[in-house]
Amino acid sequence: MKRIIFGFISVLAFMFTIACSNESATENKGDSSSTDTVDLEELDGFDWKRFDGEEIEVMLNQHPYAEAIVERIPEFEEKTGITVNHSLTPEENYFDKLTTSLNAQNGNPDVFMTGAYQVWEYATADYMQELDTFIEDETRTSPDYDVDDFYEGILGAGRWDGVPGHAVGEGNLYTVPLAYEFNLLHYNKRALESIGLEEPPETMEELIEAGAQLDGWNGEGSYGVGTRGTRSWATIHPGYMTSFDNHGAVDFTVEDGSLVSHLNSAEAIEITEKFAELVNEAGPSDWSSYTWYQVSNDLAQGKAAFAYDASNWAIFHNVPGEAPEAGNIGVTTPPSTKDGDLGTNMWVWSIAMNKSSEKKDAAWLFMQYFTGKEHMQWGAIEANVVDPVRESVFESDEYQERIGDIEGYVETFNELIDGSTIKFTPQPEFFNTTTEWAAALQDIVNGADAEETMNQLNEDIQERVSRVRAE
Amino acid sequence: MATEVYEKLEEEQLTNKVPLKIKMRPFIILGPAFLLTIGILIPFGMAIYFSLTNYSFKYADYVFVGLENWLSMFTSANFWHSVGVTLTYAGLATLIETLLGIGIALLLNRENFISRSLRIVLIFPLVIAPVIATIIWQLMTNNSVGIYSDWLRQLGISNFNWGADPSTALFTVLLIDAWVFTPFVTILVLAGLRSLPKAPFESAMIDGGSAWFTFKNLTLPMIMPMLIIAVLFRLMLSLQMFDIIFALTRGGPGDTLMTLPLTAYTEAFTYKELGVSLPFMLILWVFVYFLSHYIVKYWTYTQNKASGK
Repeated sequence: MKRIIFGFISVLAFMFTIACSNESATENKGDSSSTDTVDLEELDGFDWKRFDGEEIEVMLNQHPYAEAIVERIPEFEEKTGITVNHSLTPEENYFDKLTTSLNAQNGNPDVFMTGAYQVWEYATADYMQELDTFIEDETRTSPDYDVDDFYEGILGAGRWDGVPGHAVGEGNLYTVPLAYEFNLLHYNKRALESIGLEEPPETMEELIEAGAQLDGWNGEGSYGVGTRGTRSWATIHPGYMTSFDNHGAVDFTVEDGSLVSHLNSAEAIEITEKFAELVNEAGPSDWSSYTWYQVSNDLAQGKAAFAYDASNWAIFHNVPGEAPEAGNIGVTTPPSTKDGDLGTNMWVWSIAMNKSSEKKDAAWLFMQYFTGKEHMQWGAIEANVVDPVRESVFESDEYQERIGDIEGYVETFNELIDGSTIKFTPQPEFFNTTTEWAAALQDIVNGADAEETMNQLNEDIQERVSRVRAE
Repeated sequence: MATEVYEKLEEEQLTNKVPLKIKMRPFIILGPAFLLTIGILIPFGMAIYFSLTNYSFKYADYVFVGLENWLSMFTSANFWHSVGVTLTYAGLATLIETLLGIGIALLLNRENFISRSLRIVLIFPLVIAPVIATIIWQLMTNNSVGIYSDWLRQLGISNFNWGADPSTALFTVLLIDAWVFTPFVTILVLAGLRSLPKAPFESAMIDGGSAWFTFKNLTLPMIMPMLIIAVLFRLMLSLQMFDIIFALTRGGPGDTLMTLPLTAYTEAFTYKELGVSLPFMLILWVFVYFLSHYIVKYWTYTQNKASGK
């Protein structure tokens, strides 16, 4: 036994010696300044064919927006002569895979799909190339690009100054938007009729009551209200965060330069209890396995009578012939829990450039093409790149005609537009805190005491955000 | 030529000098093994080193923080919860698979058509990647399209939520684990059974020994070396189990199935805190190392015993 322990300690000591011969711990992994611009070589006028023969790597999340990109890669390749290699990964694993790739800092991928929240981690880690330099350079950006055509608030979701707690919209631009989503309530008209409802529920109480009544409304396995439920950050940001904000709760405030968690405030506990009640009374029994894909599919297939999630489903699933319930899906405002104006938590799918890419100019041509007016217009009408982020596309007759057929869509959009922003406090521990939050929500849905669980969560989250480093 | 060599050797012996190439021979022979050892140990060294830093994918630089990550791990309730889940999972999985494996092997230790056919079928779960097996089980236990959920509903059980319910999540992953890995134990035990000498069993039968007596006093001690190998592998792999749990519940519902590998993965890839995640893996490595050492020691003892030494 003594020999074993001695041998084991010797091995550890040897390995530690090897490890400590590594480079200095204080050596930078990269240039940590988040306000760096890139020195670009001078070019002579804009030309789509300038990087003919280049090859770029693109990493995409499995999503209708990505499918629209993949469908038109041949047109882009023909227009520019650039070869595009792409990968598609389901959302549950996409960001884990992407982070690992970016951390390798070997320039692969050159372009990647991302959300606005990810900027708070990736920009801090210096994985993202700021884009203002490219947009402002007339030799790199087509005169047709028209950056002012983007809705300011949506473009601003990808702009951040890198200071935890500071709102988005200031600082460097790191992403260009593809499309955005409000999180609102979808309903199936047939389901409402089946219980004699003429109008969709307006309050959370009404939704719980209607959802509970609709258990089994369309045969075995059908249920009332679909929401996401996995142990993932993606469970928190759609319906739950929308209700959380509308109920008057906030995730963090900045006090004396530090983030202070408020996840155990009275409002936070109340709304979490209410949301858990919604899941238990009206949700699917295996809610904790539900991702974006399951909820979306259940709405399309007529399993879920309601879905409290991304606004674009109303468009995807109402295309005749695309889904069994096409033509039956309407949208309305999120269920209210208090008097007052309603808003929604917004999600923006965007594309960004890897800072360590060695083909930045070719990568920017790709980004420009797939966020340009022509592709956006095609995507909003011929594919499912909705809701469009360019005003010219949104206001176009073709798009207005497309959404005009959807019950409640335009009215709901107009009612929510002013109150819909990113409701989270920007900070680089976003994934960390929201995943723990999702685990706590699962516990509460499964019967744990809400106050006790949220108090414990608040304590854990406070400890985690104390790791936030100001660089 | 030979004379020259002989003279040279004689001269060296006279001057009492061993040639350098002869001196170096042990080092040359052991060189590749030494390099291989270094190659194996470097990743562990790196892991130990980074566990003493605050390395994170979220920040552009890192500093040495000493034992901070280790101390915060040992003082966190999550760590002890993970240890509990890991040991429970590994213990139950190994026990269930060992008992089932022995039972099935005894049933298949016959020479007839059914046994031969079943032995072929038995291999099926082993050739499927556990993550794929989990996806298949996820479909079978799905509340709306799952065949198992449907059967339960027909039996009047409509509220059994498999991996989605904290009270049944562990049972569900153990069921999948048993389905995938019991054949591994069965095959090893069956190989042991097929290699046993016939004479002791014939003597026991002539003496009127019962089936249980024969199994307890003859079969079990004689197959023990094989059984311990099976237990060792299953225990080591169960302690490191990741793919089945991750594919089914990602460690949920809540923290129900957050084993040490799941916690380490979540800290490293979801929270991007590599420095925080590494102690979780290293502590598991230390535990598995010691456990394996004692099981191997016991295996040597049983092998000697089985062979009458």
